[in-house]
Parts: sequence; C-alpha cells; structure tokens
Amino acid sequence: MKSSVDTNLATRPSESGRVVSLKTPDTVSSTKRIKRSFRQIRAENVFRRTLIIVALAMVALVLGIMLTLIFQSTLSIKSSGLGYLWGKTWDPVRDIFGAYPFILGTLLTSFLALAISIPFSFAVAVFLGEYYPQGWFPNLLKNTVELIAAVPSVIYGFWGLAVLVPIVRSFETKIGVEPVGLGIFTSAIILAIMVIPYAASLGRSMIHMVPSNLKEAAYSLGATRWEVIRSVIFPYTKSGLFAGVLLSLGRALGETMAVTMVIGNTSLIPKSIFAPGNTMASVIANEFTEADHPVYLSALIELGLVLFLVTVVINMVGKRLVGKFTNE
Amino acid sequence: MISMKNNVKYRIGKSTGFQALTILLACSCVVPLIFILIYILQAGLTKINWHFLTNLPKPVGESGGGIANALLGSIIIILVASVIAIPFGILCGIYLSENRKSRLAYWSRLCVDILQGVPSIVIGIVAYFWLVKPLGGFSAISGSVALAIMMLPIIIRSTEETLKLLPDSLREAGFALGLPFHRVVLKVIVPCGISGILSGVMLSVARIAGETAPLLFTAFGNPYMSFNLLKPMQSLPLLIFNYATSPYNDWHDLAWGASCILLIWVLALNIFTKLMTRKWKVQL
Amino acid sequence: MESTIVKSVDYNAYFGDNHVVKNVNIDIPRNNVIAVMGPSGCGKTTFLRGINRMHELIPGATAKGKIMLNAEDVMEMHPIFVRLKIGMVFQRPNPFPNLSIYDNVIAGYKLNGIKLPKAEKDRIVEHSLTRVALWKEVKDSLTKKGSFLSGGQQQRLCIARAVAMEPEVLLFDEPTSALDPISTSTVEELFHELKKNYTLIIVTHNMQQAARVSDKTAFFYMGELVEYDETKQMFTNPKDTRTQNYITGRFS
Ligand SMILES: Nc1ncnc2c1ncn2[C@@H]1O[C@H](COP(=O)(O)OP(=O)(O)O)[C@@H](O)[C@H]1O
Ligand SMILES: [Mg+2]
Repeated sequence: MKSSVDTNLATRPSESGRVVSLKTPDTVSSTKRIKRSFRQIRAENVFRRTLIIVALAMVALVLGIMLTLIFQSTLSIKSSGLGYLWGKTWDPVRDIFGAYPFILGTLLTSFLALAISIPFSFAVAVFLGEYYPQGWFPNLLKNTVELIAAVPSVIYGFWGLAVLVPIVRSFETKIGVEPVGLGIFTSAIILAIMVIPYAASLGRSMIHMVPSNLKEAAYSLGATRWEVIRSVIFPYTKSGLFAGVLLSLGRALGETMAVTMVIGNTSLIPKSIFAPGNTMASVIANEFTEADHPVYLSALIELGLVLFLVTVVINMVGKRLVGKFTNE
Repeated sequence: MISMKNNVKYRIGKSTGFQALTILLACSCVVPLIFILIYILQAGLTKINWHFLTNLPKPVGESGGGIANALLGSIIIILVASVIAIPFGILCGIYLSENRKSRLAYWSRLCVDILQGVPSIVIGIVAYFWLVKPLGGFSAISGSVALAIMMLPIIIRSTEETLKLLPDSLREAGFALGLPFHRVVLKVIVPCGISGILSGVMLSVARIAGETAPLLFTAFGNPYMSFNLLKPMQSLPLLIFNYATSPYNDWHDLAWGASCILLIWVLALNIFTKLMTRKWKVQL
Repeated sequence: MESTIVKSVDYNAYFGDNHVVKNVNIDIPRNNVIAVMGPSGCGKTTFLRGINRMHELIPGATAKGKIMLNAEDVMEMHPIFVRLKIGMVFQRPNPFPNLSIYDNVIAGYKLNGIKLPKAEKDRIVEHSLTRVALWKEVKDSLTKKGSFLSGGQQQRLCIARAVAMEPEVLLFDEPTSALDPISTSTVEELFHELKKNYTLIIVTHNMQQAARVSDKTAFFYMGELVEYDETKQMFTNPKDTRTQNYITGRFS
C-alpha cells in the first residue's frame, strides 16, 4: 500500500516529454493510481487556467459595461455635443436633450441628503467607535444600522410615498410653498436615511483604529472626552471619515427606485428644494422603456454614462483614501 | 485659580453635552427603520394569507388576488442569477487571494471595486443591450444576468477577504501532502473559509432580492404566471413598484402585502447570515 | 552498508535576486537522522523546502541545481510526486482545522481523492498514530477536531499525517521550537523510532537537540554548507572555524 508506487512511473515532468519508467507497477491498482495522478496534474492545469479566465472575464465585464455605455451614447454625444450637460431643456418630442435639470436634481438631492445624514452617521461612528465600542446595546445598534442598508429601496420609496409625502405636504402648507409633497426635499430625506450606514460603518472602523497611545497622551494632559474626539480622533481619521461620506454620496447619486417614486418626475428645472424634479437615475428609470427613437434612447444612455463615470470616480477616490489610511 | 476651575467645569459640561448629543443622534438613526418596519408590518401582515400567496393579481376594480406570480418569479430570477454568479464570484475571489500581486489581480480587483459602485440602473441598461435587444424582447434571463452582475462584487470581495486571512501554513500543509493546487484550494482553503464565503453569497442574495432598477428593462414584469426564462417575468420588487405607483387602492394593498414579504425575506436573510457565520466559522 | 537516499548537487536557491542557498552539495544516507544547523537566516528552511519543491510555492522564488532522490532528480519530477515521497512537518503545528483527528491522519489520501476501504483507513490511522505515540491519548476522541489538541499533540498529529503517506524521507523544520519542553522530548524520542523506517532531515537551531537526536549534522552559514560530518565528530572536533565559533557560542 505504499503510495510511493504511484510515482515510479511518473518521474518526468510533462513538459520535458520524456517518460522514463524505473519500475514496472506490479498491480493493476497501482497502474490505476498512476493514471489518477496524471489526471490530477491535468486537472491542476485546467483549474489554474480557469481561474485566470475568470479573472480576465471580470476585467472584460467592466470594460464591456463601459464600452457599451459609450458606444450606445455616441448618437447623443454626436447630436448634442458637450452642450448636453448644461442644456436646460429636455424635450423628447422636439428632440431637444439637455441634461442640466437632471444633473441639478441629482446634485440637490444627493448633497441635501448628505447634509442631513452626516450628523447622524458621524454620531453613530463616534458612539460605536469611541464611546461604547463593546456591549450588547452598541452591538444591537451596529447591526440595526447595518440593516438600514439592507431594506430594499423600492420599500423606502413606497413608505415615502405613503407616509413621508403627506407629512412633507402638510409641512409645505405650513411654510407656505406649493404643497406637492413629492419633490427634491422628500427624496433627500429618504436618501439621507438610506445612506447613513455607509458613512457610519466606515467611520466606526476608522475611529477604532486610532492608536490608544495618542488618545492617552491627550487625556494625560487633562483633555476632556470631547476634546480628545475633536483634537485627536477627528484629525486622525479625517480622510477615513471623508471616504465614508464619499461612499454615501456614491450611493445617493446612483439610487434609483426610492427617488423615482417620490421626486415627482418632471423635466423642469426645480425652482426650490420643495419643487418636484428628476434625477439622472430616475429619468432613466421612467423614460427608458418609452424612448421611441434612437436619439432619445441614446440621450438616456448618455445620462447613464455620466452617472457611471461620476460614481466610479467617487468610489475610486473613496477607496484610495481608505487604502491609504489603513496602510499608514 | 477660580477661573481655571470654572473653565474646567465648563469643559467637562461641554464634553458631557456632546456625549449626550452623540447618543441621541446615534440612537435616533434607527427610528426611521423601526417606523418603516412597524408601518409595513401593519399594512402588510393583514393582507398575507394563503390566498394571497397562491393567486394571481386581479385586474383593476376587483379586490382580492395575490402575488403568486411575483413570488415564484422572484425565486426563479434569483436562482438563475445565483447559478451564474456564485461559481464565477467564488472562483474570481480565489484567483485574487491566490495571486495577490499579479498584474491581472490588480486590474481584476480594480474592476471589482468599480463594479461595486456602479448604480444598479446602469447595470439594467447594459443588460438591456446585451440580452434584451439580441433576444428580441424582455426576458427573465436578462434580469437574472443583471442581478448576477450585481452579486459578483459582494461574493468576490468576501471570498477574497476570507481566504486572505487564512494562514499560509494551511496551504503549505496541503501542498506538503502532495495535493495538487486545485485540491489544496477546493479541499483545504475553501472549506476552512466556508463561513465567510457563504455569508458573502447570502448577503449578495439578500441584496439583489430587493433590486428593482436592473429589472425594469430586463425582466420587465408580467401580470401572469410565467416559467419561461425567455419571456418577461414578474418579481416582487417590480410588483411593488408598479402597484405602489398605481392609483388603485386594491393594488396598493397587494403592494403592501408584497412589501411585507420582501422585507421579512431580506431582513431574515441578513440576520440569519449574521448568526450563522459565527456558527459555521472553522476554528483555526 | 549505508546507501544514499537524497543527494544535492550544486543546489542554489533564490528569492528574486537574493541568493539564499549557495552551491550546496550533500549526501544523505538512508535511515539516518540528519540535523541541519546554523544561525537564523542562513538558509536552512529554504534548503529544506527545496528538497520537496515547496520553495517554489513562494512567488519569485527560484532554484538551480539537482536534488537526487534515489536515482531521480527531484527538480525534474512533478512536485506532486516529489511531495508524496518526501513528507514535511512544519515549525508550527498545522493540522487541518476543518477535519477531525481521524481525517487529519488520512488527509493525504482523503484530500487527494484516493478511496480506501474503511478497514484500511482504520489500520492506517491506528498505525500512524501509534508510530507517533499519540494513539493512546486520542483513540477515544478521533472524531474531535484536530485543533482541540495541545500544541505537542498537534505536532505529533502532523507527523502522523506525514507518516501515513509512507514517504521515504521526512523533513522537519524546527519541529519543536513552538513546543514546551515535555512535548519537545516526546517528539525527540519519536525521531529514534521513525528513523528505522524513514530518513529524517531536521532543521534546528538548538545545538543540544542536534547533538541528542542526529547521526550526522550539516552546518550552514550565510547560505553555504560549511561543514557536514558525523554529529559526534562535528561537536567534538569541528574543522571549520565558523562551525567552531557557532558551537562555542561565539556568534549568534
Ligand atoms: N518568503 C521569503 N521571501 C523573501 N526572502 C525570504 C523569504 N523567506 C526567507 N527569505 C530570505 O532568505 C534567507 C534565508 O531564510 P531561511 O531559509 O528562512 O533561514 P533560516 O531558516 O535558516 O532561518 C533570509 O535571509 C531571508 O531574508
Ligand atoms: Mg527557518
């Protein structure tokens, strides 16, 4: 039963091509096992090659996505040129495609959402990273906050439509703007809730990584908890916290369903933050299947391309910042 | 001396104040989630019964009806997406953890990062051009492909991160016994990292279960029961979107019930994953 | 009459441009215990891992020269066959954490997909565990995970795992440096037993251990094989001054 019998025939690598047998196998079973071992070697090569192909396919997939977007939007790029980005009118009937209303809508909703969510996500980050890093309650809070990201966006949209829109409408009546309910502001609130977890969890892990000797140095000089947070933790984790905000921003810019359901869907330039509007993502969601001629469709895809490029850049910058921080 | 003392008191007060504020803000984050949960359970649970789960939606004007087509459609679309994404994702994750420094790994990893940030609606557009147009119409399979693309980064990342953490001594133990590379990976490394890989897979399923945007121009939705992968198919999120934005109360009811099911499904998957990962973890 | 089982001819190993093992020529006789000694970083581990082609698993690592196992050049064999013939035990015990003690012993068969009848497996497990003096301790807990054992037991389990494959040569890389003194002496006793059936090559930087367990000792310094002789000869009457200095503790 010596396994070494296996190897007596297989004494030379496959690439050299020579097989020099030193001993003849004496049993049928050992011949079988030698064959097995050669099969193993072949399987090993197949496996290695499969892995490489899969990794190449991953690159091809992303390149393919990019090229498809570029290729499909050439028609629009040719017909509208750069003016597309700041054209103020979007009128498919007259073949005028200006993306400015949607770009503005996207920026307004996203940055408003960020402004609302940052205090909350930073509070969570500081709470879990510094004040209460352990214990059942912080654990519960951490898991619950992570669940916020798990709720499907269409459910946020539906809830927003049913609950938030009436609330915003009555609020709008109170402050004397046109009470639509749907609009930039409502979208921003929904988005704010949705993106809290991204900045919060990244911020938490960054704050966790602050070396305790830095904090202790400050405490030993008589600093209060808050002063340590402000003058040691925040400066130290600056880039990490910023990266978390970028991740949140990336999510907000690309979020489609919840926004589509509560933003009011109009191609007019929003006059105030309470006005209805459209974001790049929501206009694609709304009009893609209705686009009845090639330039229209291509213009929508160009929106997708812009969205793709912007989110890629934001995410890359965010990742780089995190990478730098964790390497230091 | 006295001013110093006052100053310290002020600083301590300020510190306490900020701590209180932090606690307040942090805890209030979960309030919307709780509201949403309660609201949807209230609005949805009462709608759910056997009839609801096993019947097709009724046309406008008739009350009753169910979401059987969406439920089955969702399951089919997700299953097909998983069949595509799980092997591909795990293999890619294995490549990345086994070839940490190669040039291909660098580019591949970059692409995973990019893909992770791509908005889902953009994936929908791409799937439209890759499958819907060539196949000549909306189809479940195109929806599955779109969702599979969305699953990939999560599976790949979690596989890579998990396997990277395994000690080198494990691989060496395998190689020293004369195991070929594929057996070292499949019989030693993957089983030891199985909890992380599984959790990535389940989280990716949870993530796409609620995705609507990539299905809008791919699976498209279908008011009838369909099992044909080459034909449009209904799914829970699509049903919720279409019925929630309709003006009919009966349809809203269906949408609430569907939301409730989807929400329970997704949250349960997330919580289950969290609990099981710990249990399945191989003690090193 | 002693016959050579492993023989290196002008063996060189590199990490990228870093020339770590330089022109090593050594003859290792069958059924002997060979100790490989030398200061830390002198290339002991690298040389040892060269013998069963583990060296090349490290990205950027290359090797030149010949390593003859019986009459075959290891460098021209497929690594899988080499490693089936030459077993290895590592510095830190590394049982497979996902396998039971039983499965750890027959891991070489099991993970290689070699089907054995149950009785045969039982025989191999008992035999191998007895060989490493672990059978009595674990025979009632064979289904437990290997990682529950103590460090010394784990290391003996790893030796049993290597022994189960019935290799011709066993390589040990500082097998006791992570163990307590009692486990160390148990493992050292094993060497005397194992040498009846196998040839053992043991890297150690513990001189007492080398003196206790080995028949011959090889002394490495800065990647070169400085001296290779009967252990007794080496410790009582070293020829090279560098060996002399090392043995008398004049550098570390
Ligand atoms: N994985 C590695 N990558 C690059 N260089 C290495 C690696 N391992 C060891 N080396 C280099 O090879 C030399 C010899 O190492 P090693 O064989 O481990 O020494 P020893 O086992 O005698 O202490 C060391 O000087 C070290 O710098
Ligand atoms: Mg060493």
